[in-house]
Amino acid sequence: MPKVTIDGRTIEVPEGTTILQAARMIGPEVAPPAMCYYTKLKTSGGYCRTCIVKVAQGSEKDPRPMPKPVPSCRTMVMDGMVVENETSPEIVEARKGVVEFLLANHPLDCPVCDQAGECHLQDLSYEHGAAKSRYEFDRRTFDKINIGPYVQLHMTRCILCYRCVKTAEQITDGRVHGVINRGDHAEISTYVEQAIDNDFSGNVIDVCPVGALTDKTFRFKSRVWFTKPMDAHRDCPTCSGKVVLWYQGEEVLRVTGRKDQWGEVEEFICNECRFEKKKTSDWTIEGPRAIDRHSVISQGQYSGNLEIPAHTKKKLIK
Amino acid sequence: MQLTNRSKVVSNKQMTLAEKMYLPAILGGMWITIRHFFRKGATVRYPEVKREVSTVYRGKHVLKRDEQGRENCTACGLCAVACPAEAITMDAAERKKGEEHLYREEKYAAKYEINMLRCIFCGLCEEACPKQAIYLTPEFPAANYDRSNFIFGKDKLVEPIDKRIDVSLRKKVHTS
Repeated sequence: MPKVTIDGRTIEVPEGTTILQAARMIGPEVAPPAMCYYTKLKTSGGYCRTCIVKVAQGSEKDPRPMPKPVPSCRTMVMDGMVVENETSPEIVEARKGVVEFLLANHPLDCPVCDQAGECHLQDLSYEHGAAKSRYEFDRRTFDKINIGPYVQLHMTRCILCYRCVKTAEQITDGRVHGVINRGDHAEISTYVEQAIDNDFSGNVIDVCPVGALTDKTFRFKSRVWFTKPMDAHRDCPTCSGKVVLWYQGEEVLRVTGRKDQWGEVEEFICNECRFEKKKTSDWTIEGPRAIDRHSVISQGQYSGNLEIPAHTKKKLIK
Repeated sequence: MQLTNRSKVVSNKQMTLAEKMYLPAILGGMWITIRHFFRKGATVRYPEVKREVSTVYRGKHVLKRDEQGRENCTACGLCAVACPAEAITMDAAERKKGEEHLYREEKYAAKYEINMLRCIFCGLCEEACPKQAIYLTPEFPAANYDRSNFIFGKDKLVEPIDKRIDVSLRKKVHTS
């Protein structure tokens, strides 16, 4: 089993593990951010370059460093590899550049966007980007395409991570949408503007790291930080039925899959659960979902994640 | 035991004859009261007279329009989330075709309410606004007999198109 050291922390991982996966095994302190890589989607990753790391030592046998930053989602670990992520000023600077490129054509219409508050690009630019944009030209625009009654496509916001394409390819049978044109003109589209009608097509909303694909039934209803997430499940014949309900008052505004620590859904859910079942009576409520207290979604919520320090606990029990 | 040096010993001495009559003391008090009749009052007769306030005073809010008269607000909810008193609520709606002259962006606030009884006029909404849509003006929210009338909707907040409100001084506060 190869041993790899990431930011000074060593871990032993199975053969064929990527640097990104190894870093995630160590913990979120060393894990590089990822915009296009998705654990549950095969061949994802390698497009966005936000997960670049510096390999200071290739392996035990060949200790030479790799000449350029490498995408950690596509690079396998070798025995004795030494990786630098946040500890390398070079990588911090390079990642800032990557974020700037991703934002160069992003419209920054967060006040209008329904993804705001749970957007990975927002988090990324906040944590790794520069505070100001140097870009002063017109950003690219697209003709609006209607891709059906459930999913709203905002092509201007897309960062071309290909996650949705891979979801359509691997989760649903018979892919109807993909990327057309090349380079700067590349664009997510359904062929001949076909509507996406498949039981699992709604998952493209959950995998989209930005607000390019959003829930049409939730469009402009509220902002995510005014809704309260609740874990719930139901007996669904097509999927696991394990979801998160987003409440505002008594009303379920939105249904999504459950996302883990890395923002990836635990289980894909079907369209019926996502779009049709919006009544509390359809679901068995498990309880409020624990939201990281640094997230804007946790504002105004006082339950969950309450940790009492050990010494205070003793006093309380007395 | 004496704790501080400020304690005073109460005297128990007998009052003199003049003091026992009380009249000089009452007249002394009257003199002070009557003197105040001819002084300038400490209060003003609001609402006929208004006290002068600073040019950057934080009073009633205004929802700004842009140069073309379109509403700036996109109902992003940042003012509501910044509001420490939780006074702001809103409902968003999508702009329809033919409404481009009314709203600047594809989303707008269909309902926008500020509860003036909750508002503490701190100006954080103004600071949070990414669209330069909300500003505080030196005006006061008018007095009223009914509490429900203090929930100001868009009818009272959006600036009239023919009577623009100058907020350049407030804008300067944020840039400086």
